[in-house]
Amino acid sequence: MTRLPRARDLGLVGCHVCRLVCRDVEAPNAACPRCGSALHRRKSASYTKTWALLIAAFFFYIPANVLPIMRTVSLGDVDDNTILSGVIELWVKGSPDLAVIVFTASIVVPVLKFFALGLLLISSQRGSRWAQRQRGKLYRLVEFIGYWSMLDVFVVALLTALVQFGFFSEVEPLPGVVFFGLTVVITMLASMTFDPRLIWDGRDFDD
Amino acid sequence: MTDDNKVSTDDLPEPVVQRPRINASLVWLVPVIAALVGLSLVIHAWVQAGPTIDISFQSAEGLDPGKTPVKYKSVVIGKVTTVRLSDDRTHVIAKVALEKSAQSFATAGSRFWVVRPRIGLGGVSGIDTLLSGAFIGADVGQSQEPKTDFTGLESPPSVTHGAPGKTFDLHSDDLGSLDIGSPVYYRRIQVGRVSSYHLNKDGKGVTLQIFIDAPNDQFVTTSSRFWNASGIDVSLGADGLKVNTQSLATVLAGGVAFQDPPGPHESRPAQENDAFTLFNDRTTAMAPPDGEPKYIRMRFEQSLRGLAVDAPVEFLGVPFGRVVSINLDFDEKTQTFPTVVGAVVYPQRLGKAHDKLVALARAQGDDEQMSQMMSRLVEHGLRAQARSGNLLTGQLYIALDFLPKAPAVAFDGTSRPLEIPTAPGDFDKIQQQVADIVGKLQKVPFDSIGNNLNDSLAELSRTLKQVNTGVLPEVTHTLQGAQQTLGTANSAFAPDSPLQQNLGGTLQELQRAARSLRVLTDYLGAHPDALLRGRRADDKPAPQATPLPPPSSAPAQGSKP
Repeated sequence: MTRLPRARDLGLVGCHVCRLVCRDVEAPNAACPRCGSALHRRKSASYTKTWALLIAAFFFYIPANVLPIMRTVSLGDVDDNTILSGVIELWVKGSPDLAVIVFTASIVVPVLKFFALGLLLISSQRGSRWAQRQRGKLYRLVEFIGYWSMLDVFVVALLTALVQFGFFSEVEPLPGVVFFGLTVVITMLASMTFDPRLIWDGRDFDD
Repeated sequence: MTDDNKVSTDDLPEPVVQRPRINASLVWLVPVIAALVGLSLVIHAWVQAGPTIDISFQSAEGLDPGKTPVKYKSVVIGKVTTVRLSDDRTHVIAKVALEKSAQSFATAGSRFWVVRPRIGLGGVSGIDTLLSGAFIGADVGQSQEPKTDFTGLESPPSVTHGAPGKTFDLHSDDLGSLDIGSPVYYRRIQVGRVSSYHLNKDGKGVTLQIFIDAPNDQFVTTSSRFWNASGIDVSLGADGLKVNTQSLATVLAGGVAFQDPPGPHESRPAQENDAFTLFNDRTTAMAPPDGEPKYIRMRFEQSLRGLAVDAPVEFLGVPFGRVVSINLDFDEKTQTFPTVVGAVVYPQRLGKAHDKLVALARAQGDDEQMSQMMSRLVEHGLRAQARSGNLLTGQLYIALDFLPKAPAVAFDGTSRPLEIPTAPGDFDKIQQQVADIVGKLQKVPFDSIGNNLNDSLAELSRTLKQVNTGVLPEVTHTLQGAQQTLGTANSAFAPDSPLQQNLGGTLQELQRAARSLRVLTDYLGAHPDALLRGRRADDKPAPQATPLPPPSSAPAQGSKP
């Protein structure tokens, strides 16, 4: 497989913001002469940042699942639900379609993101040349579904705002949803800090 | 190609160099913070977690794992985590995770019960659990001894621990309509409630525990009387119909009332856990104390139709016991069926008489059962009689009375139970007397009396005939003679008869004589000397005097000396 020349080989570096192509001077703190944003061949410390954020997201993901996210009060009957118990309840109470959607959005997607990002990071760090195109596709998928996984947070926010009938029915958010939102946000940040070009850098190259 | 490219780069702009930026490794702060947050949650949960206890209940009705809270004074102190069947499937075991602050509830004195909506005649409780579901109520005791296995109560305790007041025991024959939570009244104000009840160990009675709230517990004195205030007490007496109730609620749901007896009594406040007797009604409660019951037996030779168990036993009109058994016996010797009546009597109800008799018996060295005293009383004619209490219904009661004319009987004062000799009742006596009279009447020879009477009447008839024929004409003649005699007398008394005229002349003469006598006395009153000297010539009254001085002898003799 022929190796295509990279910007580094040509002594070029492109600005990430205004897309101005500059000479690569290999200075550690170079900035774009046009827009002033930082210039680097790859996103700076991409591995470190992505790993850090991914781990942080994982830490938040545990309480997000263990703690209840929502309290529904109907006629004095108080019901606290975690994500998983909510899914089970939906399934048991005859809405398997909704249960599948919530399960996918709240459990499958975040877990998938952890695995996908972890896979991308590890494979890229090892300079693996395995399935580079597919890994690129995976990255795009992760980016794409990132903002859909806020579904739970939206549901809780909407219900809390809408269902306020005092004694008859009431919905209030519980701490779990905060951790879930943090998880989603931080995984999005993690996928943003990952530089997909690292996939193609290979073994002989590192930032 | 690379060379071309390299040349062209010279035209490209140079990047500017900026001051150094923040170290990228600071991004590791984010996972550190996340880890710290997670750790703090874990520590928080660990610190908050209290002991886990097991509570067994008869049924898991209303218990929802993960949801049912445990509350003390309406504050949530824990939550049911799991509910499972016991190994022998007789009850359920609820595992409860208590909060750290409720650690003291995992001690030996704690009690747990399920609060469900309870609707009774006494009121409605736990209505909030209708919608929110049941919860487990808790009450903590005084013990510090740790405990994790509890047996849940099936009904809420009516007295929470530490409530000021006192607990008392009441002994009763049966529970009546009382229940846990039934009110206790003092002067018709609710001051407490029934907190628990159980059968006595021997099964002969019920012991109730009541709790009287402070400060009203001071009104329970050592001589207080408790009675069952359930229902309506209707009594028909000489003073009319009396209806007595505590309150409408007690009529339906039952209750207990207490009060001190009237008259002088000890009024020391009762101690905690003192025992009292629960009477069936106020009248019995207020009666003087019964003292120890004594069993007596009586053997009646006559039928006791109308005598029922619970019929009163009276001593000289004072009710002091009741009949407890009526049994038929068979006497081989006389081939009769005597009735054996057992009765329970309370000698103390006789009051002073009893006290004096006891004192007397003691002084005379009698034994505990006063057998000598009883023997003496029987000698003096103490007998039991079945008397009719109500002529309409024919109900009988047992009267112990002194019948001096009663025939002497053999009496053993030491036998147990004491057998009181009996005498036929009044009514039986009357019956017997009537029977005697009838028997005597039957002996009267009415037939011969009738015959004799017939003969006598015939004789009489003959006599009368004789009278009619012989005597009556004679009588007629006699009457005619008498009539003639009367006619003669009649003519003699006629106004124109000579007898009448003579009588008129004589009376006139007498009148004149009286007048001259008056003249004489008048003259003598004025001139008493005339008696000696005689009449003066110039006397004035002379012409006033009768012109004809009576020549009659009587006054003249009196006037002339």
